[in-house]
Amino acid sequence: MSIAPEHAPTMETAGLWHRLEPYVPILLIPALVIVGFLAIPTSSSWLTLTVSGLAMGMMIFIMASGLTLVFGLMDVINFGHGAFVSVGAFVGITILLSLGGMTDAPSLVLNLSALLLAVFGAMLATAAMGWAFEKVIIQPVYGAHLKQILITMGGLIIVEQLILVAWGPDEIFLTRPETFKGAITFAGAAIEKYRLVAVGVGLVVFLAMRWVLRSTRIGLIVRAGVENGEMVEALGYRLRLVFVAVFIAGSALAGLGGVMWGLYQEVITAHMGASIMVLVFIVVIIGGLGSVEGCFIGALLVGLLQNYIAFLAPKFALISNIGLMVVILMWRPQGMVPVVKAK
Amino acid sequence: MLRRLISGDTPRSTVLSIVLLVILIALAFAPFLFPGTRSVDTAARVCIFIALVASYDLMLGYGGIVSFAHTMFFGMGAYGVALASIHMGRGFDALLVGSVAGALAAAALAFVIGLFSLRVRAIFFAMITLAVASAVAVLVSQLSSITGGEDGLNYKIPRALTSAHKFMDDKLFGVRINGKLANYYLVFFGSLILFLILLRIVNSPFGRVLQAIRENDFRAEAIGYRAVYYRTSATCISATVAALAGSLYAIWLRYVGPDTTLSFEIMIDILLMVVIGGMGTLYGAVIGATIFVVAQNYLQNLMGIAEAALGDLPVIPLFLNPDRWLLWLGVLFVLSVYFFPTGVVGRLRRRV
Repeated sequence: MSIAPEHAPTMETAGLWHRLEPYVPILLIPALVIVGFLAIPTSSSWLTLTVSGLAMGMMIFIMASGLTLVFGLMDVINFGHGAFVSVGAFVGITILLSLGGMTDAPSLVLNLSALLLAVFGAMLATAAMGWAFEKVIIQPVYGAHLKQILITMGGLIIVEQLILVAWGPDEIFLTRPETFKGAITFAGAAIEKYRLVAVGVGLVVFLAMRWVLRSTRIGLIVRAGVENGEMVEALGYRLRLVFVAVFIAGSALAGLGGVMWGLYQEVITAHMGASIMVLVFIVVIIGGLGSVEGCFIGALLVGLLQNYIAFLAPKFALISNIGLMVVILMWRPQGMVPVVKAK
Repeated sequence: MLRRLISGDTPRSTVLSIVLLVILIALAFAPFLFPGTRSVDTAARVCIFIALVASYDLMLGYGGIVSFAHTMFFGMGAYGVALASIHMGRGFDALLVGSVAGALAAAALAFVIGLFSLRVRAIFFAMITLAVASAVAVLVSQLSSITGGEDGLNYKIPRALTSAHKFMDDKLFGVRINGKLANYYLVFFGSLILFLILLRIVNSPFGRVLQAIRENDFRAEAIGYRAVYYRTSATCISATVAALAGSLYAIWLRYVGPDTTLSFEIMIDILLMVVIGGMGTLYGAVIGATIFVVAQNYLQNLMGIAEAALGDLPVIPLFLNPDRWLLWLGVLFVLSVYFFPTGVVGRLRRRV
């Protein structure tokens, strides 16, 4: 008979690094903000840049979140996602411009309701478009990545050209609603009001999304579907419907992001969606394909870094994001918050 | 002899053989058959794009890798020639140095990108190349002290390649035998050699393994072929050939700029050419590039005529505006991915 094992197990305390490791991605954001503070000479411009970086990051997150979820759930990579951004911007801004009486008045209620109407219209339009896009463009090419990339790229070209047909070839300049114009001064730094609004909206979207994914039944099904779709289907859920719903929601979010991005830039072009997609892809890759949290962290990092570098060395702003992507992929090849797939 | 030259990869269809032969003859004697600056220019563009699209097909059709950075490699070759010609003065040595440097730089960059993204997942490659290519395009337009920015660069090529240099005083078949003609034949034979090299590569054991990896990378790895190694090599070869095609383009145009070499529109053009011609066969590149470049030059005229003819109808003329030609090509692109994934060449081959 073997001797019974000793019944005094010792708990090895995990090292600090070990305990910290799961939180490293989220800690990168404050780390970057601190590095920015040290690198930028005046603290007031640092504050301005930080707020605008956060605002930009939030807007990119809104646009990227749908894309990453669609990929996680159905393994569909949608290069045409930028088309929703453009369409959302054009529909939203058109509504906003037609409500000129409401946006020019210096009343917060009127401005806000005009903005909400515009956002609602844009999201409705892009949701409908997302449904059609899914049916016509994506459904026939499930499971074939190569074809998906080609087809969705073709869809992007067509939608861009249709925008040019509908709204004409010129870019549209616009001004923000009266109460969102201008800046407030805080601790010697001028902070544009609109950027604060963007940060707020982004946070709300992120928290709402997190709540839906973590605390509701549909969120549970989506998360389970990302992890092991076949199993969820075996349990009797029609994942196909869930996927269409997620696709539509993602498209609507892209439309929201488009309106916000248009108001941020104060000019919209048919090509804006395709050019913002570059940042969106970087965010999705460094966050980990399929992960909403990773996408959020990645978007904030990209937004902050882009603004800091644009201040310190303007010519290298876009290159800096490529550098960030390279560094993060060297550290974690699957992205910062890799999605566990039970396959 | 001929079979050896095309590496045993015959067109396998009578119609296709005839079409290819017609294209070859038309390009080989373009300055004599279609005299005029515009048509010779179109012919040179067709030659260069055949080489460029064929190199892209090595990646997309044979390797199953989608890249959006092909114009970047194309542009590197072009800018290599431009920068060398400016800094070394006009001369054939500058052209050679520029081409070689551009090709090496393109291969090195392709190697780095390939190692980074293909190691993880092939799908990353599409996104990463898109990001890198747009970053490079922005950088080129920003660093105007080196690259000329948005305006691009004008430079001088050797006198023997310009129309100022005459080899003979008399005309031959009504065509001046001058440097421009020599330049055209440089482009023609350069593209032809690049194409034949690519044909050799795809029909080599390397090309077969690449196709095996495209079909089933798991299985290919199980047999003992490292998929990363083959995919990265294909990317490097493809980038090198693209850069050399870019050098030819730069020599022909005597100008480089972001719009002519680096823009995303050209990337989309290349995609369209590959898909319409037929993925996974280099003859598809020939057909696709020829159809597309000719259409690009003449379709817009046709659309203008159609727009004028239907001018009184309410909405339709908007869709027929010559500026909207990309819309129709986009529709054609989507339809051909759905219904003719093997393109024109696949169709022609299946008939027989």
